[in-house]
Amino acid sequence: MNQLVKKNSSTAAINDTESSNEINQFLTFVVGEETFALNILPIKEIIEYNKITKVPMVPDFIRGVINLRGNVVPVIDLSARFSWKKSEVTKRTCIIIVEVENETEQLDIGIVVDVVNEVLDLQDVDIEPPPALGAKIRTDFISGMGKVNDTFIILLEIGKILSIEELSVLGSMNKV
Amino acid sequence: MQEDGWIDESRQTFITESQDLLVEMENALSVMSEGEDDEELLNAVFRAAHTIKGSSGLFGFDHIVNFTHQLETFLDKMRNKEITVTPHLVQLLLSCRDHLEALVEEVAEGVTKTTLEDAGNTLLEGLALFDPETKKQADNDDNDKGKLLNERVENSASVTRSDSQVETDDWLIYLKFSENVLRNGMDPLSFLRYLQTIGTLVNVTTILHNIPDAEHIDVESCYLSFQISFHGDVEKQMVENAFEFVEDDCDVHIIAPHSKLKHYVALIDNLSEDKELRLGEILLEVGLLTEKELQHALILQERSKQEHLDTKDEEEHGSVLPIGEILIEERIVPEETVNSALKKQQILKEKKVQENRSIRIDAGRLDDLINLVGELVIAGAGSSMLAQQINNEALIESTSVVSRLIEEIRDTALHLRMVPIGETFRRFHRVVREVTQNMDKSVELLIEGADTELDKTVAEKIVDPLTHMIRNSLDHGIEETPARKKAEKRETGQIILNAFYDSGSIIIEVSDDGRGVDKEKVLAKAIQNGLVNSGQDLTDKEILRLILEPGLSTAAKVSDLSGRGVGMDVVKRNLESLRGSVEIESTLGEGTCIRMRLPLTLSIIDGFLLGVGNATYVVPLDSVVECIEYTDTSVDRSNAHYINLRGEVLPFICLREFFAEEGGISQRENIIVVQGGEQKIGLVVDRLLGEFQTVIKPLSSIFSRLSGISGSTILGSGEVAMILDVAALVEQAGKVVQKEKPLYLH
Repeated sequence: MNQLVKKNSSTAAINDTESSNEINQFLTFVVGEETFALNILPIKEIIEYNKITKVPMVPDFIRGVINLRGNVVPVIDLSARFSWKKSEVTKRTCIIIVEVENETEQLDIGIVVDVVNEVLDLQDVDIEPPPALGAKIRTDFISGMGKVNDTFIILLEIGKILSIEELSVLGSMNKV
Repeated sequence: MQEDGWIDESRQTFITESQDLLVEMENALSVMSEGEDDEELLNAVFRAAHTIKGSSGLFGFDHIVNFTHQLETFLDKMRNKEITVTPHLVQLLLSCRDHLEALVEEVAEGVTKTTLEDAGNTLLEGLALFDPETKKQADNDDNDKGKLLNERVENSASVTRSDSQVETDDWLIYLKFSENVLRNGMDPLSFLRYLQTIGTLVNVTTILHNIPDAEHIDVESCYLSFQISFHGDVEKQMVENAFEFVEDDCDVHIIAPHSKLKHYVALIDNLSEDKELRLGEILLEVGLLTEKELQHALILQERSKQEHLDTKDEEEHGSVLPIGEILIEERIVPEETVNSALKKQQILKEKKVQENRSIRIDAGRLDDLINLVGELVIAGAGSSMLAQQINNEALIESTSVVSRLIEEIRDTALHLRMVPIGETFRRFHRVVREVTQNMDKSVELLIEGADTELDKTVAEKIVDPLTHMIRNSLDHGIEETPARKKAEKRETGQIILNAFYDSGSIIIEVSDDGRGVDKEKVLAKAIQNGLVNSGQDLTDKEILRLILEPGLSTAAKVSDLSGRGVGMDVVKRNLESLRGSVEIESTLGEGTCIRMRLPLTLSIIDGFLLGVGNATYVVPLDSVVECIEYTDTSVDRSNAHYINLRGEVLPFICLREFFAEEGGISQRENIIVVQGGEQKIGLVVDRLLGEFQTVIKPLSSIFSRLSGISGSTILGSGEVAMILDVAALVEQAGKVVQKEKPLYLH
């Protein structure tokens, strides 16, 4: 799976031109009952869910940390981050490792999702702006709506969801 | 400047080298300014100036050569005792050093400022005033300083010239450049120019017969060879050094002048007899042979040996050419010196002396090594754990041997990064001197424990906090001389920098014998600023800690140096980033002592593993004082969070509750007594899992505001474990206890 994503990301980079008919690639996955999609460019790999070490005194949506080949990487529960209930761990639960940037550094963060589906090609014309109302999650978490076979999939704004500033502020609120 | 073509790499070497030399120079000058009059120190300064002059000449930085040349001449006079050392003079020399630093920096930045040149001239004029020779002239003509300076330079130049006329013969240098020399950004001419700075070029013959026909000529290639007669009172190594930067791109033969030969023979005879040397080494030592020539000869020798082997002539085998013969044959050294060296060699006793040599290593490579050792430690812990599980005795034994070796490797690797703190301390002589210059204060800086070693990163990061502390002591601590007299103290104030080890940490103290901190004033100010409520009961220690808070300054007026109440806050923050802590002691009227406690290393520590619920935590082993059983008789659980530890009040934290861990309540809980700063607390845990070599992995920045956890590590099983921040937990425990009962019961 890892390889598949990497290959796609390189083709996406080639297609990354100014033309309006640009093709974007998105990874789709399920959280709770809902299917979401995430641009594959920041995605580094997808790994199995196991051996998470809890970090004490942090909010629920921070599941803990994992050992990713010698690096300690924090893992966020996407469902809890959307203020839904914490997701149950099943056989199909995965961790998607994404790279996020803030002003000073690049960080790897893992996000827990229930099921990973497929990589979708979406043309610019198929992407609608986020709706002002009616979404089940915070609207600033949505970068757009992707039209696939007459249904809409929420495209996530990962920079906002994993905003380091916001996470670290929330992380300090739960102090005993 | 024409150095555009020079490759950046060698220029970088020049810059780092010069900077290192400047540090040496500063250290030596600093010690001299303490009144120490040691010839060796002056030599160190001279050497530094000389080497900088040499290498800047090589790069065509004429303005640096100019300045250093005059500085060097002056220093030479100091060495010959023509000029006496005074504190003012040392001060001026320090300024010269600074000027040099500015010049080197200019090179690094690639800009030229004319202002520097003026500054340099002013400094040189200042120096000239210390020279009795010029002083005399200055008396005659003290209005025209510029002229005076020129005369001085001419004087010194003519002296060298007349010196060299005594020697009638010259060095003979045969120099053949490879075709690539221009492509590699080297300018053959600049080497000739450099030679001129260490002596005189008597005659230069350019050999042109290698230049091909016009149609075959490649304009980017160099076809030139030179035969140079060179005059100068220098060693062979110095001449060869001139070509150091093109050593791969040219062929140099240096033949010493005849008059030198006697000198060399005498040198060989005078060589110390306490070590065994090979012939090559003897010639190297007296400077007749350079390292490269020796290598070349050794290669030739090896080749001839190989040829003998190829012919399989076993008889001949023994008759491999001795190095001396090769050297004579190759005309690298004259026969008579080889003979005298051979004689010398026979006299030398069989006694081997180990040299203390050092290697310069790129810090990045060292970091890579330490990271790898970290991974090795984790992997080693993993295999030990597996061996325990399989319970195979032989396997356990072998893994324990491996673990011990890994531990040694870890310690050795970490030791590579350690530097003595003295170097850091010594630079503060300067700060003290400069700051007190504009004040009515006399202060001396004493350094103790300069040999104490600590991690280089830590050493670099404590410079800022130390500067703040010393400035604080100078500005607020030490009184003006009249005030000291009135208080019947020694007129000269004292600041002591001290470093020593204490249970796995390094302690650095800055103490002064100044007026001390007025606690009441601090408290009043803190209440005024809203840092403390007026009803709050604070201990002396807590009040003193307040001076570390931002915005708290008791200085009546803000000076250039301090008083804005920002400095000590910086101290605190810098120390926290190093996992260090700070304590303050002060007696009004007698002085202040600021004590910093810092970890020795930043990457790998000895840890102690604890089990709490289902989770595993690590505390730094250095902070563990003891472990006691947690029984119900010694504790009244219901109303207090402290126990009676041999008559002492010991507040404790139940980690299970504190971290909200689930599951696995053990029958026998334990209390680990840990020490953070002065205060001890107990941590109630479910299981004690023993010592563990802990490789510190920083936690992601999203956890930056988490308190109680200082980092993470990876266990042998591959799982991540949190490292407890003892200092923060101690603070936390203090709050919990204070809420319920006063901290001090007795």
